[in-house]
This record gives sequence, structure tokens and C-alpha cells, in this order.
Amino acid sequence: MGPEARSDAARLEAVEVSAWFGDTQVLDDVSLSVPPASVTALIGPSGCGKSTFLRILNRMHESVLGAKLAGEVLLDGEDIYAPGHRLTDVRRQIGMVFQKPNPFPAMSIADNVAAGLALTSTKVSKSDRAELVESNLIRAGLWDEVKDRLSRPGAALSGGQQQRLCIARALAVQPKVLLMDEPCSALDPTSTRRIEDTIGELQSQVTIVIVTHNMQQAARVSEQAAFFLAEQGTPGAIVESGPTDDIFNNPRDPRTADYVHGRFG
Amino acid sequence: MTIDLIPPVGSGHVAVPRKLTSVRERSDRIFHGTAGAIGMVVLAITAGIGLYLGYQAIPTLRHYGLSFFTQTQWLPELDKIGIAAVLVGTAEVALVAMVVSFPLALCLALFVSDYAPKWTKSWFVSAVDLMAAVPSIVYGLWGFFLLQPHAILVARWLSQYLGWIPIFKVGTDPNAAIWQQSRYTSSVFIAGLAVAMMTIPLATAVMRAVFDQAPIGEREAAMALGGTRFGVARTVVLPFGKGGIIGGTMLALGRALGETAAVLIIISPEYIIKPRILEAGTQTVSALIAGNFGNATKSQLTALLAAGFVLFVITLGVNSAAAVIIRRSRSGLATEA
Repeated sequence: MGPEARSDAARLEAVEVSAWFGDTQVLDDVSLSVPPASVTALIGPSGCGKSTFLRILNRMHESVLGAKLAGEVLLDGEDIYAPGHRLTDVRRQIGMVFQKPNPFPAMSIADNVAAGLALTSTKVSKSDRAELVESNLIRAGLWDEVKDRLSRPGAALSGGQQQRLCIARALAVQPKVLLMDEPCSALDPTSTRRIEDTIGELQSQVTIVIVTHNMQQAARVSEQAAFFLAEQGTPGAIVESGPTDDIFNNPRDPRTADYVHGRFG
Repeated sequence: MTIDLIPPVGSGHVAVPRKLTSVRERSDRIFHGTAGAIGMVVLAITAGIGLYLGYQAIPTLRHYGLSFFTQTQWLPELDKIGIAAVLVGTAEVALVAMVVSFPLALCLALFVSDYAPKWTKSWFVSAVDLMAAVPSIVYGLWGFFLLQPHAILVARWLSQYLGWIPIFKVGTDPNAAIWQQSRYTSSVFIAGLAVAMMTIPLATAVMRAVFDQAPIGEREAAMALGGTRFGVARTVVLPFGKGGIIGGTMLALGRALGETAAVLIIISPEYIIKPRILEAGTQTVSALIAGNFGNATKSQLTALLAAGFVLFVITLGVNSAAAVIIRRSRSGLATEA
């Protein structure tokens, strides 16, 4: 475990969230409470609104032309959509890791980890910066593999290493919540396993919400799960949410049982 | 059943890549032929212009030799002809245009791609394209009648405060109670401003197109880290668009070097190598040709064509360099791949 194993984790709550792209409603009245320092998996077939929901949780949704939403997202009880909040502050507190590893190709490994400083025009001393780079690479489980080549370009790493670099980069701005949008779908099984290990190690420090299509992964990494579904012509909604064990072994809704056992989707 | 995965050693088989062929569809053949022919015609015309100019330039270059490049005067009656002054004038006008247009084009391109509200974007793009469609003679008239009366005030101010720098010096007293306005008109500076207006849309269009290609994944990564718009621009958009910035600027430079009508209207011809950009009088290659070919004798005409040939070679060089830079950059690969 890294030298900075303190906990910044916060509670995240979505209250009656609906979303639209133009005139098409894609989410209807979704509420979900994510306890601090836990891992919550969002599962469901493609096009059910999980990724949209995730992007609403850190105000990335509104960067798309025509995107609209209703409801509230509470970070430790405070609405991130309330007037008077800075978009940049919200996104710094609620970080995100994307489906496709996206390190900044022109930057070295170390610069990638410290990119959040440059992006927010934060000045730090050289030694603080080096410490920030090291501690977050350790947290993301990448330090041992890259410590001898920190000045090499980040794009030269393998896909799995790039994704862990992106996790280190997201952690370096000290978010209270980390959102992960299918972080392993572009990776091989070994890399997937390493990311899952990393998620396990991080969960005491930061609240994690992960979208995944991989049922085994949801079962392995999460304590809580929410099953999203968009039935023919209707916007996506949560069918069922609760402890992961119950969702997989003792679901209340037959549609959940069908999905987690691979009978559709 | 067993499968033998290890080939026997020394089987004597040497692999040779085979030739891949296929029969082309008829419609593909027709299109390939037509498009290829049109492409060849374009190349042939460009090469033809170059060859024609080069051929026409031979007698002049032979007659005047190196002095064609060192002589400043253009006095065909006295058999004194050279392009030293007009080349310097051309470069000065182009440089002023670049200094003015580069920051404006860069900011405008970044504004349209990253700052302007999304729904306004197509309006800005159309407006910039429209600016490119305005005939250069209109910019010339605008520069002469509308811009010049105001620009000379800026020129005077520059010479008052920065006159100790040789390029900003003007051969008159800038502080005189009744200042000599005409000394500040028809200068490199004012011609450069008008040419800048023409190069801005070209440079902006290239830069904006490249900025828009900046990968959405990297943009979102920067946004998700709490990046400000400026931060996103600095870490993602500008590094990605570097090739487009350089290439667009050089394409604009190529245009500025060849600009004729606007310069012809604004400047008053003067055939000396003149570092003072605010002072009246200069000449450029294209303005020289446009202003003189009408009443030129046969030998004078070949001299003008020789000057044109030199300009052709320079702009061809600038544009080719721009094309190479754009293609070698990451963004160029993205746009041309």
C-alpha cells in the first residue's frame, strides 16, 4: 500500500435523475446512493443509460451538444449542480477513468501523472511533484513497472499499463470519488486482473463507481450493484439495486436474474 | 489425431511473398481513370507554369546575371533592372501580415473550436469562410479608404515611442505640431495590415480544422481532471494542433507573398531596400508585375516574368514546406489518413 493511504472517500447520491439527448429521454427517474469507500457496479445491456448516468455524476454529460438532465447529484450532501459551483472543482473531486486508455501522448509517464497540476495551473515544488508522481503510481499499481523510465512517453506503455497510468493520473488530483467507465473492456485478461486488484486496494481510500459488461468482474470487485435496463422504446432506469450478492444470487426481479445469468443482453 | 506443429528442419522450403492481384470493377476502373487524368492535368498545369516562367526568365537572367538579384532599381530605359528591393519589400509586407495575423488567427481558431458556444460554431465557420471569399481588391479598397486614415495614427504613435528601433523610424518629426501625414501613408505597415485580413481566414480555417480533430478521448481526460478550458487547450489541443498551426501559418505566408491587388492599391512604388516599415513607399514583386506589364516592351516583359519566376519558386518552396510539416505532424496524419 502506498505512503498516502489516507481516505478522501465521500458519499455520492443521485436523486431522481433523468436525462435527455435532444428530445430523446435516455434516463428516467434514477436514484442511487453510493456509500463512502465502497465499490458500486453499474450493470445492464448496451444502450440502457449506464454510461450516461456515470457521466452525469461528474458533470461530463453536459459537454455533449443537446444533453439535458433533471434531478440532483449530492456529493457528501451537496448538490454538484447547484448554482455557484465551479465545473472544474466538481470534476476534480469526482474523477473519471474511461473505456479506452487515453494518456496524453505528447507527455512522459511522470508528466501524465502530474497533468492535473498543469490543467488547473497549480504550482508545486519539484520534490512535491516527484512525490506525487511516485505515490500515485504506487496506488495505481504501476510504480514497479515504470520507475526506471518515468521520462519515457506514456503512449509507449501496453494497453493495461496505459489504463493504470490513467488511474494514477486521475488519483493524483485527489478525488473523493472515482468513476470508471468499462475500464477493462479494451484489455486482456491479465491486465483486467491487475486493474481489479488495484480497484480492491483503492476502495478504502476513494469511493468507486464502475460500469461493466463483465458479470464476473462486477461480482469480484463490487459490494453493491445496480441493474439498469431500457425496455423497448422507454428510457433507461434502475430495475434493481442492492448488495452485489443479492443481485447475483437472490434477485427480487426476474429480469435481473435473466440478465446476470446471461439469458439476454 | 495429432497435429505436427513443428515443421521439419531443413525441408528446403523458402517462403517468398506472393504477388497480390485482383480484377477491378468496371465502375472503379472508369472512376480511377477519370480522377487520375484530372489529377494529372492539375500537376501538368502547375509544372507548365513553372517551366514557362523559367523559360521566359532565361534571357533576362543571362543578360543581367547576378546583378538581377542585387540591383535595387527597376529602370528598363537605362537597362538597370533588379529585384533586390522588391524582394525585400515583398518579404516585409508578408512579415507584417504574419505578425498581425498569426495571433489573431490562432486565437480565433481556438475560440471557434474550444470556447464559442457549440451552437454558434457553424456561424463562425461560415463567417470565416466568407471572409476568405471577399475579393482581394475589396480588401485593398478597404485598406486604402477606411483603414489608412486610422492606421497612420497608430504608425505615428509607434514611431513616436519606438522610433529608436530602426524599423519604426520615419524620416519626419513625429512630434511636430502639424505632422506630415503623407509620410505615414502607403507604407509596408498599411499594406501588411490589409494583407493580414486576407491571410487570417486561410490560417484560421486550417488551424480550426486541425483543432477540431484533437481526440475527444484526450479532451475528456483533461476535462475530467478538472481542467479549465485554457488547460485543455494547452495540454491537448495546442500540442495536437502544432502541425496545423505551423502549416496554416505557412500557407498564409505563401498567400501573403503573392498578394497583388490590395498591395498595388495601397503602396506607392519606391525601389530602394527600405527597413522603415512605417514610412511611405515600397514595392513588391507581384505589384511590380501588375503595375508594369501593361506598357512593357518585349524585353521588359521577360524581365517581369523573371521576377515572377523568382516569386513562384519562393512561394512553391514555402507551400511545399508547409505541406510537409502538416503531413509529418500527428494531426496531419489524422486528417490525411
